[in-house]
Amino acid sequence: MKKHLFIVLGTFISLSFILPTLAFSGDSYKVGALFSVTGRASFIGDPEKKTVNLLVDQINTSGGINGKKLEVILYDTEGDSTKTRLFFRKLVTQDKVCAVIGPSLSGTSLAIVDEAKRLKTPLVTCAASYKIVYNDKTKKIRKWVFKTPQSDTMGVEANYSHLKKRGINKIAVITLTSGFGKSGRQELLRLAPKYGMEIVADETYGPKDQDITAQLTKIKSKGAKAICNWGIGPSSVVLMRNWQDLGMSSIPLYRSQAFGNLKNIELAAGAAEGVHCPLGPCNIATLLPESQQKDVCMKFVTDYEAKYNEPIATFSGHAWDALMLVVKAIKAVGCDKEGIRNEVENTRNFIGQHGTFNMSADDHIGLNWQESFTLVKVKGDNWAPAN
Amino acid sequence: MEELTLTGELLQYLITGLTVGSIYAMVAVGFSIIYNVTEVINFAQGEFVMLGGLAMVSFHTAAGLPLIIAFPATVLLVTLVGILLDRLAIRPIKQPSVLTLIIATLAFSFLLKGAAMLIWGKDPFDLPALSGRNPIQFFGAVIQPQYFWVMGFLVLVAISLTIFFGKTILGKAMSACADNPDAASLVGINVKLMFSLSFALSASIGAIAGIIVTPITFMEYDRGAELAIKAFGAAMLGGLGSFPGAIIGGLILGSIESFGSGLISSAYKDAFALIVILGVLFFKPSGLLGNVEISKMKRF
Repeated sequence: MKKHLFIVLGTFISLSFILPTLAFSGDSYKVGALFSVTGRASFIGDPEKKTVNLLVDQINTSGGINGKKLEVILYDTEGDSTKTRLFFRKLVTQDKVCAVIGPSLSGTSLAIVDEAKRLKTPLVTCAASYKIVYNDKTKKIRKWVFKTPQSDTMGVEANYSHLKKRGINKIAVITLTSGFGKSGRQELLRLAPKYGMEIVADETYGPKDQDITAQLTKIKSKGAKAICNWGIGPSSVVLMRNWQDLGMSSIPLYRSQAFGNLKNIELAAGAAEGVHCPLGPCNIATLLPESQQKDVCMKFVTDYEAKYNEPIATFSGHAWDALMLVVKAIKAVGCDKEGIRNEVENTRNFIGQHGTFNMSADDHIGLNWQESFTLVKVKGDNWAPAN
Repeated sequence: MEELTLTGELLQYLITGLTVGSIYAMVAVGFSIIYNVTEVINFAQGEFVMLGGLAMVSFHTAAGLPLIIAFPATVLLVTLVGILLDRLAIRPIKQPSVLTLIIATLAFSFLLKGAAMLIWGKDPFDLPALSGRNPIQFFGAVIQPQYFWVMGFLVLVAISLTIFFGKTILGKAMSACADNPDAASLVGINVKLMFSLSFALSASIGAIAGIIVTPITFMEYDRGAELAIKAFGAAMLGGLGSFPGAIIGGLILGSIESFGSGLISSAYKDAFALIVILGVLFFKPSGLLGNVEISKMKRF
């Protein structure tokens, strides 16, 4: 009896050592992906996951990367920083990926930038805060970290420059108390003098707030001529509804690029009418002038809608840009982490979903706001160019 | 648009404070009714509001039923959920301590929240306002017609409950259970039925609150918990077990939040209400309208 037990145990133990190594002798390029597919930020992570699945399918059915299959190992961070850190480590040490794309959020991204450096693994994030690629304390660019979304800085500049063009300079700022909102607020305050903006009210609201009329009333009482909002999620929908209900729609409301999803307009049930925001090309593919940019965007948008029966979100585009930058690098240098890092850093004239990327040692974002943003406003159930 | 005067500004805070406060009041009344009859704090109270809003969306918006049918259908459905809570979570417990029952309601609230997420997803849903959205100007403040509906229903609920508890046999029987369940059963009152009834009544009031507030604030699956905590605070503020106290507590809480975030700082909005509740509890633990003797008689 005991002899049998030893044999069975021994077999299981040896198999558990051998089987994983069998997996490694597969013929594929492994890329890790960390997205907040479920949880409070699922509206960001889910479109990103959908994009990745679409691209992996398309790439593999047309021969893969230099003949080898592309395999994306995706973990759901649930928007949680601790889980993000654990999964990142797992991707690098156990799954042995060549590079990692994501995370979806500024908070979770910031949680792993140091790990990326320690484990010398290229990380191409899909989050907005400029602090992800720029170390505020050492004032240096983070060597191993890149990001594909336009940063909050760019969104603010796009909005401010539009307001300045309209001759508005007395504004109110109202931001969400999340990491995203706080970062946006910092930029709104910092860049105000550059555009001659006088901030007469600086309000905040929480992610679960159901009533934001007090803050809006205060803004109204200070005589603001435009409202700059930085926030996302259900409470920001309530904000737009309150803005309408209080009869304040004659005070233009400018939101961040994260608002860029046709579904958000639909959810707002009419409350978003007239709201302004800066959007990357993929969101307004049909409005673009005939160009290579339009071709790149239209192909993605049509394929995505055909497969998933829903319009893309702005976040879908960010995931597209991140994965394709990594794929392009792997095509050039194979699964060499340092090589991939160099390739991504030397990206030139890469037409992505959110504009043309030109990266360098000093610029790990690669976009500039003037070219990658168009100011639009909500008209009916779609976007229209803002005058 | 003209400048907003100080009067207008303060009036606006008051109006929205009373509107939000009315919702807190209705939920707090639900707490008080159940607490009164059963000594249980029903932490699923917020979920009744959430279900009221979302069920109405399904009946009225998705299925297209007219208001006159969808409204009572929703209230009936949520009332049934309330009775289910009593039957499934409260009654089966063999030797109930109050703490066990409270945890049972908490567990039920998670169940309801999870079910809501599966049925409706995580997005916020909207309902059409009952009488349109044309804002009414009032001395510089803006009133939405829906606000009148909210405050109006609170008044209706308050009057109905006063008549129910004061003048009807059933209502008096429920009050008797609140005073002394043993004596009540000795005079032939079916205490178990009263338990069910108290849950049913609270659920229906919660459902009404959900239906009329959704046109203002949208409704999503996880609204319940925060609402329950604030409304519980309101009930404690007014005196747990006193239903006029629940109403006053709710209105005061809503107003504090509104004035606090408007005049002082919106970042600390949630804190103001909690600070005031703590203050009241330090100086008058039974709440503003609570009866010290009655609160001593309750086990919790």
